[in-house]
Amino acid sequence: MNRLLPRALMAPAVATLFLWMIVPLAMTIYFSLVRYNLMQPGEKDFLGLANFEFFVTDPDFGPSVVNTLVLLGSVIAITVIGGVALALLVNESFPGRGIVRVLLISPFFVMPTANALLWKHMMMNPIYGVLAQVSIFFGMTPVDWLTNHPLFSVILMVAWQWLPFACLIFITSLQSLDRDQMEAAGMDGANALQKFWFLTLPHLGRPIAVVIMIEMIFLMSVFAEIFTTTGGGPGNESTNVAFLIFKQALMNFDVGVASAGALFAVVLANIAAVFLIRMIGKNLD
Amino acid sequence: MKHFALLLRTVAAWAVTLLVVFPLIWLVLTSFKTEMQAIAVPPQLFFTPTLESFAEVNLRSDYLLHAGNSVITSVFSTFLGLAIAAPAAYSMAFFRTRRTRDILMWMLSTKMMPAVGALVPVYVLAQTAGLLDSLTALIVVFTLSNLPIMVWMLYSGFKDIPPDILEAARMDGASVWGEFLHVIRPLAMGTLASTALLCLVLAWNEAFWSLNLSSAKAGTLATLIASYSSPEGLFWAKLSAASLMAIAPIVVVGWFSQKQLVQGLTFGAVK
Repeated sequence: MNRLLPRALMAPAVATLFLWMIVPLAMTIYFSLVRYNLMQPGEKDFLGLANFEFFVTDPDFGPSVVNTLVLLGSVIAITVIGGVALALLVNESFPGRGIVRVLLISPFFVMPTANALLWKHMMMNPIYGVLAQVSIFFGMTPVDWLTNHPLFSVILMVAWQWLPFACLIFITSLQSLDRDQMEAAGMDGANALQKFWFLTLPHLGRPIAVVIMIEMIFLMSVFAEIFTTTGGGPGNESTNVAFLIFKQALMNFDVGVASAGALFAVVLANIAAVFLIRMIGKNLD
Repeated sequence: MKHFALLLRTVAAWAVTLLVVFPLIWLVLTSFKTEMQAIAVPPQLFFTPTLESFAEVNLRSDYLLHAGNSVITSVFSTFLGLAIAAPAAYSMAFFRTRRTRDILMWMLSTKMMPAVGALVPVYVLAQTAGLLDSLTALIVVFTLSNLPIMVWMLYSGFKDIPPDILEAARMDGASVWGEFLHVIRPLAMGTLASTALLCLVLAWNEAFWSLNLSSAKAGTLATLIASYSSPEGLFWAKLSAASLMAIAPIVVVGWFSQKQLVQGLTFGAVK
């Protein structure tokens, strides 16, 4: 009884997660090897690796990989650098610090579709948008952000959402920074920059790594922002791998090719995941 | 000098914060404008607020249906998730074996799979089962994708309950069920609540699956807002009112679950 019960308690979670992992994976592998189009019912002929070849030689494939990496890299850079700066700014006490912290975290709870439309219409509209009005105020020509800089626009939206997340984690981590050590360094004549470089930054090393890896996993497949604003365009300028797979599956109805792409995305994500899992594992005991 | 530094810090912090949340402030302001005021040039900061957009949104776009769908999917998926995750976490925390660690790591790894990798099979399965555009499909998918985080958070919470208490209860002859009900449950209420809050937030804001698996019937607020993409998006006051109603409840929940959020999303790697 005492040996059986723990397993019985664990069984539902393990079983459902196992199915959630293995069934889609097995189906994806199978679909990626056959001819399967939702619009053309019929035999699913075995194709070998033709779907992979088709996905990889798609003229949109190269740009979509580049876009995915640019999006990932830019958002990570903006949120990590901006997040550390913001966290340092609000770390010491000042009037209204509590309210500032609550306000700062808010964008993270805005659902991606609302976030995207808020930026698309009210901020980035080339005539009535706030950004256009601000540039007119300063005597500059308004920019049509979504048409001329589609990828940058998406980066801005996603970064706006994830900056609070990074910031919140850095704030949490800064609270465990050794104050005595800081003071001692100050007594020994270290200036602010030196204190930051030799004490704060090393302390933040681990949270920075965590933020980078978590963002890698979530931002590898940014979807809603692209879906609601640019639709991947103009052309393929803001299409990332996730959106390309979606287009193949639910707009071109080519399940086979989409599955080949999905396997590609899984491999990409796993590269990041392996490192993250190892790090969390070390922290577990 | 010290006062000056404080003043500088205060001004800088408030300025940057207001800049970061400006889009949200603007959204709130716009939702209380008329359509004409919303696209006025130059933009209006001061105006007589009106509730007409909120009323319009309710009338024209089935706001209540989508809000209901959002509530149902996030609440059901949270409770279903808790029902599956809590026993597992309990078992892992109090009956540790050599394999516990590996199972936890493996569960985490399932969360690392990009959702788009499972899009095609899940879509095909839902289609075959006739569950496209159904709340059932969304609840199942939300539950499954939050399950690893739930197990993880509950495990970390349960682990902090001192085993001596359990030991004492067992000595007094408590059954496993009694032990759970009278000893663990009161101590673990905090963990259960914070896990539930985080999952509510995640499910409420979920957009990938709801955009792909649902439309008119089972669409959540995330899909309703997406439908404003065009051409209704031209009506900014209504878009703002709809967005505000969609995000306000969960932003407030979010404010109260900040700490849990850090723990839950970083899987305890940042304390």
